[in-house]
Amino acid sequence: MRTLLALLLLFAAALAHAHKPSDSYLAIRAEGANLSGQWDIALRDLDFAIGLDDSGDGDITWGEVKAHQADIAAYALARLKLRSGDADCPAHTTEFLVDDHSDGAYSVMRFAATCPREVTTLEITYSLFADLDPQHRGLLRLEHGVATRTAIFGPERATQSFELAKISALTQFVDYAREGVWHIWIGIDHILFLLSLLLPAVLVLDGGRWRFPPAFWDVFKIVTSFTVAHSITLSLAALGVISLPSRLVESAIATSVVLAALNNVFPVVHGRRWMVAFAFGLIHGFGFASVLRDLGLPQGALLIALVGFNLGVEVGQLAIVSAFLPFAYGLRASWFYRRLVFVGGSIAIAAVAGVWLIERAFNMKIISP
Amino acid sequence: MISSATAMRTSRTSIIGTVTDGLRALAIASFAAAACAAPYVPKDDATVLERLPVRPGDPIARELRQLRTELAANPRKRETAVRLAERYFELATSEGDPRYVGYAQAALKPWWDLPAPPLDVLVMRAILKQYSHDFSGAMRDLEAATREDAKNARAWSWRAAIHMVQADYEKAREDCVALQNVESELYAVGCMAYLDGTTGKAAAAHRALSAAFAKNADVPREVKVWVLTRLAEMSLRQGDVKQAEEHFRAAYFEPINDQFLLAAYADFLLDQGRPDEVIPLLVDWVKSDILLLRLALAEQALRAPKAREHIEALRSRFDAAALRGDKLHQQEEARFNLYLLGNKEKALALAQENWKLQREPRDARILLEAAFAMKDPKAAQEALDWLERSGHEDPVLRRTAEKLKALKR
Repeated sequence: MRTLLALLLLFAAALAHAHKPSDSYLAIRAEGANLSGQWDIALRDLDFAIGLDDSGDGDITWGEVKAHQADIAAYALARLKLRSGDADCPAHTTEFLVDDHSDGAYSVMRFAATCPREVTTLEITYSLFADLDPQHRGLLRLEHGVATRTAIFGPERATQSFELAKISALTQFVDYAREGVWHIWIGIDHILFLLSLLLPAVLVLDGGRWRFPPAFWDVFKIVTSFTVAHSITLSLAALGVISLPSRLVESAIATSVVLAALNNVFPVVHGRRWMVAFAFGLIHGFGFASVLRDLGLPQGALLIALVGFNLGVEVGQLAIVSAFLPFAYGLRASWFYRRLVFVGGSIAIAAVAGVWLIERAFNMKIISP
Repeated sequence: MISSATAMRTSRTSIIGTVTDGLRALAIASFAAAACAAPYVPKDDATVLERLPVRPGDPIARELRQLRTELAANPRKRETAVRLAERYFELATSEGDPRYVGYAQAALKPWWDLPAPPLDVLVMRAILKQYSHDFSGAMRDLEAATREDAKNARAWSWRAAIHMVQADYEKAREDCVALQNVESELYAVGCMAYLDGTTGKAAAAHRALSAAFAKNADVPREVKVWVLTRLAEMSLRQGDVKQAEEHFRAAYFEPINDQFLLAAYADFLLDQGRPDEVIPLLVDWVKSDILLLRLALAEQALRAPKAREHIEALRSRFDAAALRGDKLHQQEEARFNLYLLGNKEKALALAQENWKLQREPRDARILLEAAFAMKDPKAAQEALDWLERSGHEDPVLRRTAEKLKALKR
C-alpha cells in the first residue's frame, strides 16, 4: 500500500488536485475612519475548526449554522486584526448570511469596524485556520474610494500593510461622473421615459408649418425640467432627508414610462409635457439615489460625489437627446416616423414598461432586461 | 475578479427584478464573482447547506478523531503525528481534496521547519511537499531519507515518481534499481515498466508488467487498477487500441472508484471519437475538476446542452484558483482554454508554464497541440526535444510533432 501511493503519483501529480483548496474571501471597504466588510468562510472549514454538525449526521443545516453564529463570529474575528497606524480597529458583526460558492456552502459574515482616526495605513493580520491547515489562504479584496486591490494571506504572509492613498477631489468627481453617465446608459427605464416625452416634440405645428426652433425649445424644456426635478430628489434622498421604499420607487418609475408612452397614443396632456417631465422626474431621482447609495457615498466628499454623479447623468442624457433629435427631426414628416416610430414605438414602450410595472409591483420575474 | 463598479453594473442591469427584493447590491457583496451569486438567509432551519465528505460515523472519521485527540494531548508524540499525517494524505489522494494535505502538514508542525527531522517525518514531509509541487524541497528530503536508510522503499518510490514527473529518466532508473532490492516484485517491476513504457520500450514493458501481474494476481484492487491502467497506456503507445480498451474495461469493472483510471479511460474514448461513451462514465463526477473537464469535452463534441453549464462551472473554478495564485492546474487549464474556450494563445502560455514544472507525456501533448494551434513550432521546442530524447512512442504525440515540424519547413 505504501508504494502504491507513489505509483499513483507516477500517473500524474496534478490529478491529485481534483478539488479547490481551502480559501476564505475577505472584502473590506475603507471609508474615513470606518471599515466595513464581508467575510465568506467555507462551512466545511468551520466545521473542522469548531464543529457545526451537532446532529452528527454529516449534514450541516442552516439551523446548526445559526446556532453557532456567535461561535463563528468569535472564532473568526479573533483571527483577524485590523489596525490603523498603531491603533486597533475593533470589529463586530452586522449581518449573518450564507452563500454557495463553486466548491460548497460558505458562511457570510458582514462586519463593521471603527478606527480612532481616518485610515491612511491599514494593517491586516490574518491567522484564520493557520494552526489547522497551513495551506489555507485568505483572499482579500480591499476597496477605498473606487480603487480596489487584492492580496493573499497565508501563514508566511500573515500580516500585510496597505497604504490608502488620499483620494483627490478631482478623481472622485470624475469617478462619480463616469458612474452617472454609465448609469443613464444602462438605465433603460430612464431612457425610455425620456424618449416617450421626446417622440412628439418634433411634431409640433407652428402656424401650419414644421419648424425647428419650437421643436428644439420643447425638447429643451422637457430635458431641463426632468433634470431639475430628479436633481432635487436625488440630492434629498442621497443626503438622507427623504427615503422611499425601493419597491414603490421602481414601480412608480415603470408607471411613469407607461403613462408617458400612452399619452402619445391617447393624448391627455398636450402642450405641457415639461410639467409631466418635472413631476415624474421627481420619482426618477429616487431611483438614481438608490444607485448612488449602492456605490457608497464618501463621507468626506458627499457634495463632490453628488454633483459629479448628477452631472454624469446629465451628460449621458444629453448624449441620448443629441443622438435622437437629428434623427427624429429628419424623419418627422415621414410615414415611417409618424406611424411606426411614434405610434408603434410608444405602444412598444408602454408594453415593456407595463411588464416592468407588474414585475416590480408584485415582486415577480417575467422578463429580465 | 470584478471591480466594484462592474458589480454595480451587473446589479443595476438586473435592478428591475432584484431591487424590489430589497436586495442591496453592495459592491462587496459580489466579491469572488468567480464563485458566488448573492448571499442569502435560508428560509428553513432544516435546509441542508453542506454535506461533509467524511461522515462522522465512518470508521475513517472515528480513527482520525481518535488520533487527533491523542495528538492534542501530546502534540510532540511523533508516531501519532506521522500516522495522522499519513491518514490525511491518503484521504487527500482518494478524495482529491487538498485540505487534507494542510491538515497533515499541521500534524507535523513541531518538525516541519527542522533541517533534519527524524526519518519517518522526513519522508512524510517530502510526500506533502511534492503534493504542492515543491519538487525540489521534496527531493532534498527524500535524498536525505535514502542516505539515512538505503532500504526505505517508500522514499525510493517517491524519488522515482518525482524524477519521472521531471523527465529525469536516468535518475528514475537508479531509483527503480534501488527499489528492486527492497520492494516486492510487482512494485519493482511496475516502477521499471513505467519508466520503459514512457521511454520507447512500451512492448517490453507491457510484457514484463503483464508477467509480474499474472504471478501476483493477489494484490489489492487499487493496485490492480493501477497496473491495468498502465498496461492500457502501454498498449496505446504500441498503437494497439483493441488491447488498450480491454485493459481499461478490466480496470473499470474493478469495484472501486478511481479518478485516475476514469480520466485516462475518458481521454482514450475522446481520442477514439467516442464522446457519447464518456457521458455515462463521468456524469456523477462533476465535483472533480479534472473529470468535469473531460465530461465537458465530450458534451461539446456531442453538442449536448449541458456543455455550456459545465464550461461555466470550470471557468469559475479556474478563476477561483487564479485568485489564490495557484499553479497546480495549468495543464488542465491549458486544455480547457484550447478546446473549450478556443483561446489558443492563453492555452499555449499555460502549457509552456506547466512544462517548466511537469514533463510527463500528457504535459508534452498539450504543449504540442497548443503550439500547433498557434502555428508556433518554436514554442514547443522543448517538448519536441523531449520526444526525441525519450523515444516516447505514443502515436498521437508523434503525429502532432510531425505536423508541427512540417510547419517549420
